[in-house]
Amino acid sequence: MDRFVFLTFDGLSKGAVLAAFALALVLIWRAARIVNFAQGAMAVAAAYAGYSVTSATGSYWLGFAAALVGGLLIGVVVERAVMRFVDHSSPLSEVIVALGLVLVVQAVLGMVYGNEFLPAGTPFSRNALSVGDVPLLSRYDLFVFGAVLLVLLGLALLFTRTSVGLRMRASAFAPEVSRLLGVNVGGMLTLGWALASAVGALAALLVIPTELGLHPHAMDLVFVSAFTAAVVGGLDSPPGAVVGGLTVGLILSYVSGYLGSDVTPMAVLVLLLAVLLVRPGGLFSSTVARQA
Amino acid sequence: MTADDVILQVKGLTAGYGAAPVLQEVDLTVRAGTIAAVLGANGAGKTTLLRTLSGLVRPSGGEIVYGGQPLRDVPVEQLVRRGMAHVPEGRGVVAELTVDENLRLGGLWRRDREDAAKALTEVYELFEPLAQRRRSAGHQLSGGERQMLALGRALVARPKLLLLDEPSLGLAPRVIAQIMALLRQLRDSTGLTVLLVEQNVRSALSVADEAVVMSLGRIVTATSADRLRDDEELRHAYLGF
Amino acid sequence: MSEQTITPAAPAAAPAPAPKRSVALPGFLSGSTLLRHLVLAVLAGVLLFLLTQQLDPFRNFQLATVAAYLCATAGLTLLVGMNGQLSLGHGALMAVGAYTVALAQNAFADKGITGNQVLPLSLALGVLVTMAAGAVIGLAAARLRGPYLAGVTLAVAVAVPAATVTFDETFNSEQGLSVAVEPPPLSLGLYFPNERWQAWVALTGALLTMLLLANLVRSRVGRNLRAVRDDEVAARLAGIHVGRTQVLAFVVSAASAGLGGGLMALLAQSVSPGAFSLTLSLFLLMAVVIGGLGSLSGAVWGAVLLVALPDLTHDSAQLVSLSPAVAQRLEGNLPLAVFGLTLIVVMIAAPGGVQGLLRRIGARVRRRAPAR
Ligand SMILES: Nc1ncnc2c1ncn2[C@@H]1O[C@H](COP(=O)(O)OP(=O)(O)OP(=O)(O)O)[C@@H](O)[C@H]1O
Ligand SMILES: [Mg+2]
Repeated sequence: MDRFVFLTFDGLSKGAVLAAFALALVLIWRAARIVNFAQGAMAVAAAYAGYSVTSATGSYWLGFAAALVGGLLIGVVVERAVMRFVDHSSPLSEVIVALGLVLVVQAVLGMVYGNEFLPAGTPFSRNALSVGDVPLLSRYDLFVFGAVLLVLLGLALLFTRTSVGLRMRASAFAPEVSRLLGVNVGGMLTLGWALASAVGALAALLVIPTELGLHPHAMDLVFVSAFTAAVVGGLDSPPGAVVGGLTVGLILSYVSGYLGSDVTPMAVLVLLLAVLLVRPGGLFSSTVARQA
Repeated sequence: MTADDVILQVKGLTAGYGAAPVLQEVDLTVRAGTIAAVLGANGAGKTTLLRTLSGLVRPSGGEIVYGGQPLRDVPVEQLVRRGMAHVPEGRGVVAELTVDENLRLGGLWRRDREDAAKALTEVYELFEPLAQRRRSAGHQLSGGERQMLALGRALVARPKLLLLDEPSLGLAPRVIAQIMALLRQLRDSTGLTVLLVEQNVRSALSVADEAVVMSLGRIVTATSADRLRDDEELRHAYLGF
Repeated sequence: MSEQTITPAAPAAAPAPAPKRSVALPGFLSGSTLLRHLVLAVLAGVLLFLLTQQLDPFRNFQLATVAAYLCATAGLTLLVGMNGQLSLGHGALMAVGAYTVALAQNAFADKGITGNQVLPLSLALGVLVTMAAGAVIGLAAARLRGPYLAGVTLAVAVAVPAATVTFDETFNSEQGLSVAVEPPPLSLGLYFPNERWQAWVALTGALLTMLLLANLVRSRVGRNLRAVRDDEVAARLAGIHVGRTQVLAFVVSAASAGLGGGLMALLAQSVSPGAFSLTLSLFLLMAVVIGGLGSLSGAVWGAVLLVALPDLTHDSAQLVSLSPAVAQRLEGNLPLAVFGLTLIVVMIAAPGGVQGLLRRIGARVRRRAPAR
């Protein structure tokens, strides 16, 4: 029973990160109808930037900020310099170009930092705090929850309460009409990529210390899990991404806790297939949005 | 007619999609504070003309002079800042946004927040049904309500030139008459200029000052609306009734 | 995406005649596609046979590797280029073929079974098992589109190598298995170079694959594949069973990848999950995109590229003198970066790939020729 409780909290903490990463995927999907297969690599690149700053200054928080800013910039560059020029008539080309980006980014990281795992520190202890004698959550887990919650709230406010959010939604749904109404649609698209990339970077920052460490491929499996989470929730739905992330996090935690961690990739595949074949639109898909 | 009077002057405009041109050597002059009807059969190029004027289609030749300045390479999103508003064919209500959001979108670019808010209130006063459905999503509106929303959204920008593409499409005669009356009233009270593309020839000619008839991408006649309305021979030749 | 487009309604409406392309070929060859491909294959076989006599062992080994890759890239070209289904999991399918061949070879060796029939038998087993795996993925794939399919095949690419750890009693985890391979037949002589023998085996497999796929592409099935790619609705209206066509494409493609993987296992005489990582899947995809998705010839360029580019970057890195640490970092990563960059540039600037470029240049030269 204790183990179950522990795995549940561990799963929720993992799930929070997956939710953030899935949310980043959803952001770009909604803005550009692209599943950004390069998001893992982009996030790792931002995390490496943070690592460099942390090593140079000795401050985790400076590195943290640098990674987020780096994430924003990487998003801008990727959209402006690459994705803007891709032929959008076939989804194949977008996926393939994103995969090309994955190779380039991972190779460049390997050349600069080497292909070894680098230790990634945490600002808070990862030792679980106990209630009674049941170990539940570490301070770091609480930090993860807080950070993800803050991002969720921030994004929700941005999209529903601000005029920039209104512009971003309008550009995504009806680019031509938005231009006629004076909205800088290209700029909104870039902004969407930047935000998504920064959220992805945050997820990478949060998850990497809980795994083997910093590595060009550190986000490969996380990407697949987050993609599954996004699909579970429906690629169109931000709340769906959050619920999907928590669900996938829990399932993976139980699977790796009871069956062994090497089974998780297989579990992700099975879960993904099951959701896609049973409910292809995801659990939270909004059908109205597709009528226009 | 002085040069100041002319708000829009089109000379030798050629445009199209891909290789084949749709518009061929179109010449058009629209005076400020008038309503000009653009008539013609399906596929004549009326929509393409409006889309080229607002920059959605790149012209391959010719010149558009708006408010005394040539519009070469002015981005689409800048035109509304210069007072040109385009209500596209099919109305272009953003289905996923609410009525209120759609309307606010029309005034987001404006620096003068106060006047933008005032314009919004005026639109709600003008179109009662919209005021009652502020929180409804665009896709929940009826056709008439959508037309009001699209028109209202354009008016929030307080335009000088309004490009209207088939506002009567799918509407009841009474609603069409109301819209035409509104256009006339806006022209008279605010000096609004309207380029009105219509299939509904009678309604259009009832409000228009000038009329042009398009066929196969060319303007085949340009005259006063009264003359087209009253001269049976002319009407017969160009409009077929 | 491809230069070959056909009207979707055509294939079912009329049994189109074999395309007449009697440009330079004798008349009897233009009549039958099968015959023409057969003659071409034999011709290629003879040329390659002569080539293997000239090459040193290292080059022969590279040639064999190209041939093994070619099986996989040709299958992938069929799937992506002709049928419009994206797979990021062909590296995993190669792994299935490779492990099957490894296990079969070792089982035969354990039982003391030797002889000429062993090799074809284990390769056939590898192909069959991979086909089964391909059928399973294909069944799911037929119901998925665009990014969803890409995501599932990506998950396959990640899951299969991990499965070698889960079932480590059979697959021996990260270390992998060594593969028992018999030396070249004694009838070829005592000192026959092993690499030349490997090249022969792999080239036979590759030629066979190309021959079969080329005929498939030209057949009614091939036209159905393209019709489904171009417009599913139209294909369905024309009476093509879309789902079945897509599964078929996946199965054929998997079979080719399985053979490629099996040949790889024989060449390397070992299999390990590291050799069939996600990167391999991405490499394969890149190879076919850069080679050109429009035709099977693109797959040849792709396969050559997969072997030649790492070699080239290795050589060019050695031209500039670098510290050993830097050189080591560059060695593994430079080809990756070059590949990725090429992929992006090709996709944006030249979607026809190498083969598309060649065809365009060819067309231009031909157009100019009469003027002179
Ligand atoms: N996006 C497009 N791509 C290619 N051709 C187009 C496109 N839009 C319109 N056309 C063609 O351009 C010509 C003019 O079309 P346009 O929409 O301007 O006509 P219209 O006068 O507005 O007709 P309607 O009264 O039916 O709305 C038609 O022949 C049409 O087929
Ligand atoms: Mg029209």
